[in-house]
Amino acid sequence: MPDQPDFETRRRLLGLIAAGGAISALPSAPAARAQTIQSSARIVIIGAGAAGTAIANRLSTRIDGAQITIVDPRQRHLYQPGFTLIAAGLRPAEYSVSATADWLPRGITWIEGAATGIDPEAKRVTTSTGDRLDYDYLIVASGLELHYEGIEGMSRDLIGQNGIGSVYAGPEEAEATWREMDRFTDEGGVGLFTRPATEMKCAGAPLKYTFLTDDYARRKGTRDRMEIIYCAHSGSLFGVPIVNEKVRMLYDRQGFDTRYNRVMTAIDPGRKIATFRTPDGGSEEIAFDFTNVIPPMRAAQVVRDGGLSWQTGANGEQGWIEVDQYTLRHTRHDTVFAVGDVAGVPKGKTAASAKWQVPVVEDQLIAQIAGGQTDHIYTGYTSCPLITRVGRAMLIEFDYNNDLVPSFPGIIAPLEELWVSWLIKEIGLKATYNAMLRGRA
Amino acid sequence: MENPTIGTFIAVFEEMFGRGLFWGLVVLAVVITLAYIFVLIRDRSVSWRKFLLAQLFMPIGAVAAVWFVFAITKSHLRDIGGPIDLILVLGIATLGAVGAAILVYTVQSVLKGPGPAE
Repeated sequence: MPDQPDFETRRRLLGLIAAGGAISALPSAPAARAQTIQSSARIVIIGAGAAGTAIANRLSTRIDGAQITIVDPRQRHLYQPGFTLIAAGLRPAEYSVSATADWLPRGITWIEGAATGIDPEAKRVTTSTGDRLDYDYLIVASGLELHYEGIEGMSRDLIGQNGIGSVYAGPEEAEATWREMDRFTDEGGVGLFTRPATEMKCAGAPLKYTFLTDDYARRKGTRDRMEIIYCAHSGSLFGVPIVNEKVRMLYDRQGFDTRYNRVMTAIDPGRKIATFRTPDGGSEEIAFDFTNVIPPMRAAQVVRDGGLSWQTGANGEQGWIEVDQYTLRHTRHDTVFAVGDVAGVPKGKTAASAKWQVPVVEDQLIAQIAGGQTDHIYTGYTSCPLITRVGRAMLIEFDYNNDLVPSFPGIIAPLEELWVSWLIKEIGLKATYNAMLRGRA
Repeated sequence: MENPTIGTFIAVFEEMFGRGLFWGLVVLAVVITLAYIFVLIRDRSVSWRKFLLAQLFMPIGAVAAVWFVFAITKSHLRDIGGPIDLILVLGIATLGAVGAAILVYTVQSVLKGPGPAE
């Protein structure tokens, strides 16, 4: 947080001491402001995930008289930052599961169906329940789609068999991934880790799961019976150069075989062979005994069909919504915002980013309704508690400039493997996430 | 948590310990603190004999507190990675030591009543 005054750091340190732990070290966003406005605006929110639920809660307390409608068919709310802990055998699948209904505020309408059409010209959303929702303002928080079929031969139902894991797919799949990883670290062989070439949520997750697998093997005394291969999609391991260099050092230290510019294009579950695209246009087959498949990611079909996506480049191909990266307002339709994973901004597909984006959308929208402006912008804040083993992590926080923006400069070093950063991930994050959902953090 | 409220901290601790254990610990801490204040008022002086025994329990309290935190966070002393970690562990140990001393002093005073005039 480069723009936070010194007293903020001191206040957080006092909070840290008062809490007797690392809880208040969690990245924070500006709190909901007390001032409310009167408006009868019709606001439609697509998606009741982390960002959609948080913005619904915040707007419902800030605007008196608005008709807020949220559209999402999912009865289960998933705490996705918990998937890594589930896939590491540290939490059961239920750890990430709660009920969508438990988080939504009173006084709004929840359409328990999917958005099937968006017409930004007519300002209308249609749903699978047959509703036609005319809106004054639209907030798209539809998350993203895990495109498993983008890897030839891959599908969700393969997860948990033949050495195939996939942490991202859901809590049950994360638990199935743990069973495969547990077996692999008992037996040894080749562990194959990757990431896709598309934008993805929490780009640190593939790295930390590699570290965790290595850690379990060392604890079990089987590390010398295995090879760990990490295939990076580009010429680096992490998009932030200073973090990339640190991770590269750690990967070398742990004895990982890092291969750059390799993108998984196909998998043969029977033969346990994955195929990668190489920079020279060829392909390379790598045999595995365990792999953590991370699929290509893209915006949901309804978004890609709705005319809101970027029109060129990779952002267009993947369907991310064309918003101003600072205000999160659509560049062609000024009554439309995107927040969370679906926003086509250079960084920010993490829950911590959503936590910072939501208050920006809230203030931008309210200023717009009131006929004014606000200087409250999103600077790309993204946080990744990068676990390097059970018991240690690096609390990495950065922004659009690839600057490190530590919450505790001089106290919690971002590029050091620390126990306190592990505490933040392991026990503090979920409570803060829950507070975010309710609009309280 | 720009402006953390009491409710936010309670939510965090409930998550950390589980709701039942957290509130059980809160009740226990309140009861022991009230009992400690009660015996100080009742006796109108500190019994240095009881305080000596209480001090002997401080290292046990320190170790127990650190062990407890490591246990619930699935970590170990070997995970200490930098100065802030060490400070945190020492802080937890200090809280455990002080808590153990208060507990032992209070238990003695409640069970044995006021000691002989010193």
